Amino acid sequence: MTALSTELHPPSEGPLVSTRAPSQVNWGDRVFKVTTAGFAVLIIVTIVAMVLQMSVSAKLSLREFGWGFLTSTDWNPVIGSFGALPFIYGTVVSSLLALAIAVPVSIGVALYLSEMAPEAVRGPLAFSVELLAAVPSVVYGLWGIFALAPLMRDHVEPALRAVFGFLPFFQGPNQGFGLLTGSVVLAIMITPTITSVSREVFRAIPRTFREAALALGATRWESIRTGVLPIARPGLVGAAILGLGRALGETMAVTMLIGNRPEISASLFAPSYTMASVIANEFTEATEDLYLAALAEIGLLLFAVTILLNLVARLLVWRVSASPGGRS
Amino acid sequence: MNVRNSSTLSGAARPRAPGLFHSLGAFPLAVLVPSMLVLGLMVLGVLGLSGCEARKGRPAMEKTPATGSVALNGAGATFPFPLYSKWMSEYNKINPDVRINYQSIGSGGGIRQVTAGTVDFGASDAPMDADSLAKAGGAIEQIPTTLGAVAVSYNLPGVEKLKLDGETLSQIFHGKIVRWNDAKLASINPDLKLPDQGITVIYRSDGSGTTSVFTDYLGAVSSVWKAEVGVGKSVRWPVGLGAKGNEGVTGQLKVSPGAIGYIEIAYALQNHLQIAAIKNQAGEFVIPDVASVTAAAAEVTLPDSMTASIVNAAGPGAYPISSFTYLLVYREAKDRRKGEALARFLWWALHDGQKFSGDLHYAPLPAAVTAKVEARLRALTFGGKILLTGT
Repeated sequence: MTALSTELHPPSEGPLVSTRAPSQVNWGDRVFKVTTAGFAVLIIVTIVAMVLQMSVSAKLSLREFGWGFLTSTDWNPVIGSFGALPFIYGTVVSSLLALAIAVPVSIGVALYLSEMAPEAVRGPLAFSVELLAAVPSVVYGLWGIFALAPLMRDHVEPALRAVFGFLPFFQGPNQGFGLLTGSVVLAIMITPTITSVSREVFRAIPRTFREAALALGATRWESIRTGVLPIARPGLVGAAILGLGRALGETMAVTMLIGNRPEISASLFAPSYTMASVIANEFTEATEDLYLAALAEIGLLLFAVTILLNLVARLLVWRVSASPGGRS
Repeated sequence: MNVRNSSTLSGAARPRAPGLFHSLGAFPLAVLVPSMLVLGLMVLGVLGLSGCEARKGRPAMEKTPATGSVALNGAGATFPFPLYSKWMSEYNKINPDVRINYQSIGSGGGIRQVTAGTVDFGASDAPMDADSLAKAGGAIEQIPTTLGAVAVSYNLPGVEKLKLDGETLSQIFHGKIVRWNDAKLASINPDLKLPDQGITVIYRSDGSGTTSVFTDYLGAVSSVWKAEVGVGKSVRWPVGLGAKGNEGVTGQLKVSPGAIGYIEIAYALQNHLQIAAIKNQAGEFVIPDVASVTAAAAEVTLPDSMTASIVNAAGPGAYPISSFTYLLVYREAKDRRKGEALARFLWWALHDGQKFSGDLHYAPLPAAVTAKVEARLRALTFGGKILLTGT
């Protein structure tokens, strides 16, 4: 959340130096410092331990397949041939598509809540959005199987095919369970996260910006467009990063709706497979060492993809905040 | 500027001499208390995991005592879980001293745990292969406990009593037959009106014993399947959608008209899904039920490894997609009391326990198999001495 605080307020991090003489240092402060430093070290130790452990478990697969693991599309447990490309594709595409669907909706909801909702509506609406965040993943999956998938299969996907069928993304057979349905449920799941954070971002912007725009004769939309959105942009990117993080790791709901087929296809109606899903599905029954190592390597890859996407997103935040319109 | 001389101030304004809590006053209690609690819980957790089995009113002990109750831990296949949990609760009613705990984490997990020695017994639908047996810390006995069936379910409203044979089934799952009104299907079902609808194949996305049995059958009836896809708990399915668990496949079957999938028979019956009749070697179209599954095992002779595949069984009335499920125990027990309790439980399950199978849609073991298992149970030892005495 430092993405928000450092861009919107003067830097508030960094140690404050006490003016006490060394002989008068407060024991309580010292304990405080050591304890909190300990917690911070614990986080780093945990991450390093996780990476080390996964690398050790994946050693066999790393040796066997090398870099080919990242480019191979074959996932055949019977003959022991494994490749991660379909899973990387499924994870990245479903997360990005979910983000593409969720971000406009979430920012819209956040704008409505912070700028335009009447007092009576604001409370219940905010509460409902937060309630969405509290629904367990499995429940989303169940609802998806019985409600969303038939809806997608019978109404949404045929409509998309009718209108956009010339694009390769909307061609091919559809069974309701596939990349698009998985992405839609992910979008629903990350909306509350992005909405809450965006709302905080909007609330943190001083009223003076909007008032200035309104005083110059701007309409409601123009005052938001010029007085709110440009200043909020880094924070909104930060909100999207949080949503992306959740989407990348989401397992249960996705595995129940995405079709679980390790194949890369241009069509969004086709079934797909994500890294988290394949680990959740196949780990308990994998007995051969190579199979287990391949799954551990997929875990390592998921870690790497998450870090990579977070780095890219941080770069984006940095670029956006450095450009005019952000804090310069 | 520090006001060290407190005597110039009066009463409440006078700063008190810093005691411990006062100097910690900068440190919010809201951080201190939860972190101490977490640390405390971690310490307790570590102590608890290191093997102290503290029970109510009894001191913690590591080994089972000479008198008193025995607790057995097992883990493995989900397929026989309903039957095992029934057995364990019934056995506990007869022998309150013996408490058996079973975790259905999957056959792979069961094999791993029993190999590592973290559980007293494991359970698996697919037999352990030579590599897994070699890795175990001692000779493992694979004991068939019951018989189950894999049903082929489909969702075609109005089409009842669909008949399929092995070759056609393998072609459907291979993606070679893609519509319900295909000529091959129509020729096997001349009296049924099959719709012109696409077939949606649904398979298990998670590795499972059910998949192992089903692919074993497809491999037995189709050499093309055996060569191109193969047999196993997880395979590369040529077409279709994957769903997680028997429950996932059931759920997807229910909402997808035109879908076909394979699930454990209990799920098909309890969810009132349509079940296809499969052609067996004798040429009959058989529905899975207790009688047909028992018939599948009637002619089997168990080899020394005590494991056998009974798919595509030869006898009359046999359901072709049936399978044994096995409990994995060490021939040489690690602890006398536990080994004896386990051996006695297995003996009970082999005889009295079989009467609970029918209600849960499993089939009891045939007499020939029972006799062989009895011999193996009598051969379980601890320190060279036979465990089962007086049977």
